[in-house]
Amino acid sequence: MGRLFAVVLAVITIVSAAIFIARIWWLPPDISVLGVGIDHQMTETMIASGVLFVVCQLVLAMFVWQYGDAGDARPIKTFPGGATPMVVIATILVSAEILVLTLVGTKVWGGIFLSPPDPSALHIDVQAEQFAYYFRYPGPDGKFGAIHPELIDDGNGNFFGLDPANDTAARDDIVSASLVIPVNKPILLTLHSKDVGHAFYVPELRIQQDFVPGLVIPLHFTATRLAKEEIVCTQLCGLGHYNMRAYLEVESLGQFQQWLKDHAP
Amino acid sequence: MTAPASPARTGVWVGIATITMSFAAYTSALLVRQGAGSDWQHFRLPSILYFNTVLLLVSSGTIELGRRRGYAWLIFTLGLGLLFIAGQVLAWRNLAAQGLFLATNPSSSFFYVFTVLHALHLLGGIVALGYVLVRLRAPTGGPPLTALGAVSLYWHFMDVLWLYLLVILALRL
Amino acid sequence: METTATSHHAPPQGFLRKYVFSLDHKVIGKQYLDLALVAVVIGMVLSWLMRFHLGFPTTAVPGLGKLAPTAAAGGVITPELYLALMTMHGTIMVFFVLTTAPFAGFGNFVLPIQVGAEDMAFPRFNMMSFWVTFVAFLVLVAAFFVPEGPPISGWTAYAPLSAIGKDAGPGLGTGQTLWAVSIALFCVGQLLGALNFIATTLDLRTKGMTLMRMPLSTWAWFITSVIGLIAFSVLLPACILLILDRVAGTSFFIPGGLVVSDRLQPHSGGSPLLWQHLFWFFGHPEVYIAILPGFGIVSHILPVFARKPLLGPKVVLICLIAIAFLSYTVWGHHMFLSGMNPLSATLFSVPTLVITIPATIVVLLWIGTVYGARMRFTTPALFCLGFISVFVSGGISGFFLAQPSIDTYLHGTYFVVGHFHFVMGVAAMFGIFAGVYFWFPKMYGRMMNDKLGKLHFTLTLIGVYCVFMPMHYLGLAGNVRRYSTFTDDYMKGSLPLHRFITIAALFTGAVQLIFFYNLIHSRLRGAKAPDNPWQATSLEWSTSSPPPFDNFGGHHPVVTHGPNEYGVKGPTGDYIMQASSDQPVTS
Ligand code: HEM
Ligand SMILES: [Cu+2]
Ligand SMILES: [Cu+2]
Repeated sequence: MGRLFAVVLAVITIVSAAIFIARIWWLPPDISVLGVGIDHQMTETMIASGVLFVVCQLVLAMFVWQYGDAGDARPIKTFPGGATPMVVIATILVSAEILVLTLVGTKVWGGIFLSPPDPSALHIDVQAEQFAYYFRYPGPDGKFGAIHPELIDDGNGNFFGLDPANDTAARDDIVSASLVIPVNKPILLTLHSKDVGHAFYVPELRIQQDFVPGLVIPLHFTATRLAKEEIVCTQLCGLGHYNMRAYLEVESLGQFQQWLKDHAP
Repeated sequence: MTAPASPARTGVWVGIATITMSFAAYTSALLVRQGAGSDWQHFRLPSILYFNTVLLLVSSGTIELGRRRGYAWLIFTLGLGLLFIAGQVLAWRNLAAQGLFLATNPSSSFFYVFTVLHALHLLGGIVALGYVLVRLRAPTGGPPLTALGAVSLYWHFMDVLWLYLLVILALRL
Repeated sequence: METTATSHHAPPQGFLRKYVFSLDHKVIGKQYLDLALVAVVIGMVLSWLMRFHLGFPTTAVPGLGKLAPTAAAGGVITPELYLALMTMHGTIMVFFVLTTAPFAGFGNFVLPIQVGAEDMAFPRFNMMSFWVTFVAFLVLVAAFFVPEGPPISGWTAYAPLSAIGKDAGPGLGTGQTLWAVSIALFCVGQLLGALNFIATTLDLRTKGMTLMRMPLSTWAWFITSVIGLIAFSVLLPACILLILDRVAGTSFFIPGGLVVSDRLQPHSGGSPLLWQHLFWFFGHPEVYIAILPGFGIVSHILPVFARKPLLGPKVVLICLIAIAFLSYTVWGHHMFLSGMNPLSATLFSVPTLVITIPATIVVLLWIGTVYGARMRFTTPALFCLGFISVFVSGGISGFFLAQPSIDTYLHGTYFVVGHFHFVMGVAAMFGIFAGVYFWFPKMYGRMMNDKLGKLHFTLTLIGVYCVFMPMHYLGLAGNVRRYSTFTDDYMKGSLPLHRFITIAALFTGAVQLIFFYNLIHSRLRGAKAPDNPWQATSLEWSTSSPPPFDNFGGHHPVVTHGPNEYGVKGPTGDYIMQASSDQPVTS
């Protein structure tokens, strides 16, 4: 029985690892400036933990194969050196790994969340609601109109609760159901929610961030390739959660400017 | 360990740790909540709270007397405990008369949460004390002195907890 | 004399006292295990329904159309039903299976015997603990039957979705309130239990049972109770505040200016992140509440079947304590992307990675214990080995999620689902299985069928890897969790893999029937168990199977040895029992 277990375990380990290595299922191609760092970090972690995974499982399988009770009088053996050397070595190795991952990882994380957005970044305001996203561009005046929750009315298309009658900044705001951005231009999003928690996730951008009601959360990135990708909600927000999606369209600067013109209110 | 281990005492200490932890959670909720919104309104605590505080402090003394001198002091303690709760009810009615209810403002919400929970915990102590009193009276079996010790430990803790809450409420509300 | 605590109690009289409102820790332990059994069956059926829908999104589930005519018209699961199934599945599994069975169930049955006590310190609290938990379970199950449907906000019940009420959608009315009430009650029940565990371990140990002679299983339950005490005394306030937000109109977790279902909500100033902090301050330690008893069980059982002492038992103990301590410093790793200060993400990431050090050490010590052993591959031994394997698998995916920079990609995907199912779901289940196969003879005086057990083990091991390993692949591909379907363009490519997982899950579920059959059959017809069928050393094996109502038949065992004396020359074999110089008891 022990040997059967050892074989099953070894097969499971090798098959699982092989599928990772073959990258049959893997991250979609990255289209952002920061994606490179994240992918690198991912690969690094994959190698380190992959080795640990395979070694642990196979050593366990080996010992199990080797040390079954055959009913003979073979005496038991203790692990060479006992617990201490093993503990010391494990502590040093794992600590070193942690140190490296943290140092490298903090840089990547900092690039997304700790560094200020580029001053020239294009600012787009994002509102999430059950179960849609709305994106708002400030228009020629470069200013967003103020939000009045009591004026929000999906029925007449006033998703942001704007008051163009009294608020000049609101008059030229462009509201869109897809996120259209120019390529290679730093983008700054400000995320806020109309009702409950939501999230902004674009796997190709390697970026994910929650919307928290009551907070306005900044997020910045730069797309490096023309693309049309899906933005998905990853924070459970109610029955339509599975269907809460929008498109991210990365266009050339010219196309983008044309798009802005076409959509001016 | 020199004295024989007493599970009742250990139990009360563990209970104290639990209650402390949960009030620490409420306190951090209060601090976070106060910082989160700009809707916090301060109000004056009803002054009867200070009178109640004195009652409770005295009751801690009488329960100690009860442990040494006997039964009557314990009944007196029980009475003081009940009186304290009655006093708290008056404080709640006072606030209600000012139009401050549970949901009126975060400050009043926390006031009710803190004081009601403390009162419920004290009520637990009163029930335990009553139980010990009945047992002391019972013809069979010796007096459960460790149980009395455990109850008085809890009682003192209710005192300390109340003082802590009073300080928090006085500083924050 | 002391009367509230342990007493030389008389045998219980009458059916009610014996089997229902029993004060006997052994009966209470079995009650907890039976409750967990009922809960796990419900939880598993719910997961089948979910899996079925994920694999075959347009196919009707036979019979479901009749059972839930609105939520599954024609038998096809609607999105809100999917979320309800998921919420109930998660809640039932985490609270009513993984907390009740390994901790409250086995802890209750075994801990007092392992320390040589007659019963728990406060039998009445102990009974209350079970019955409050039981009521909590009924309240949760009742949520299935309320008009607005069962809650759909997940086992994490994030505010404000969980706090607003009916406006937020189906399932968020009465069902969600019942959820909060159920969890609050559950906290009370577990606090009473933890209180007992701690007092019993500290005060009721028999003569010679020093702390260092305590079996690691008892140590693990003790440490778990300390964790539980802190965790549940924070979750309880969180639930109370949530209930107040829902029913009394307060605004602890609900900010102002929310427009839900076209209505401006009458709240202001609350903090959704406050809920997340309180919840995860409980939630992360909760996963250790689920898994640490498994650590104890494996550390206790592995040497029995390796026929050699555990490698570095003191180190294991130190690691358990370190894990317990660290588990309170890492809750923020669930909130890297929640909008809290991004600097704190780094701060939470470090202890999260550091916690892998003691975990790695324990795993290595277990593997080192197998080295040079004379392993007896009984079913409980196999489940211990399986535990090590799945814990390694789950622990390693934790390495990814612990790093904020990678979590930005993997958070909210199936990678997380794969991770936590391995590390706490399956690992804890394997711990439970090991415990059942190991202690069953002591509990019921009968042996379980070992052949069936081995079949159950092998198929389950293969099954769980087929179910949960592919979830990591899905996650890498960016497949989002908590979605009821992936049919229209989004993630359509993942359907074949989802289908494979579904088939594997149905297979794994079916395999559990072997276990249930074995359980029931052995309870009624199993071979009579000797007092010490495994040649183990700890005190539960020096009394009869099952033990008398006061555990040692009026005798107080005297302990002279540690629990780890295997591979030595003993009076009856290659082991020395903890109470070996004491008179053995038979009743
Ligand atoms: C029979 C084996 C099991 C299967 C096939 C299974 C399957 C699933 C599925 C399909 C989901 C929903 C994933 C999603 O849509 O995001 C889920 C969620 C979950 N499961 Fe399991 N599960 C099993 C056992 C367990 C066990 C033993 C536990 C105990 C820890 C557990 C705990 C959870 C939790 C906590 C969630 C998350 C619920 C939420 O998102 O709120 N499951 N499971
Ligand atoms: Cu959503
Ligand atoms: Cu965690």
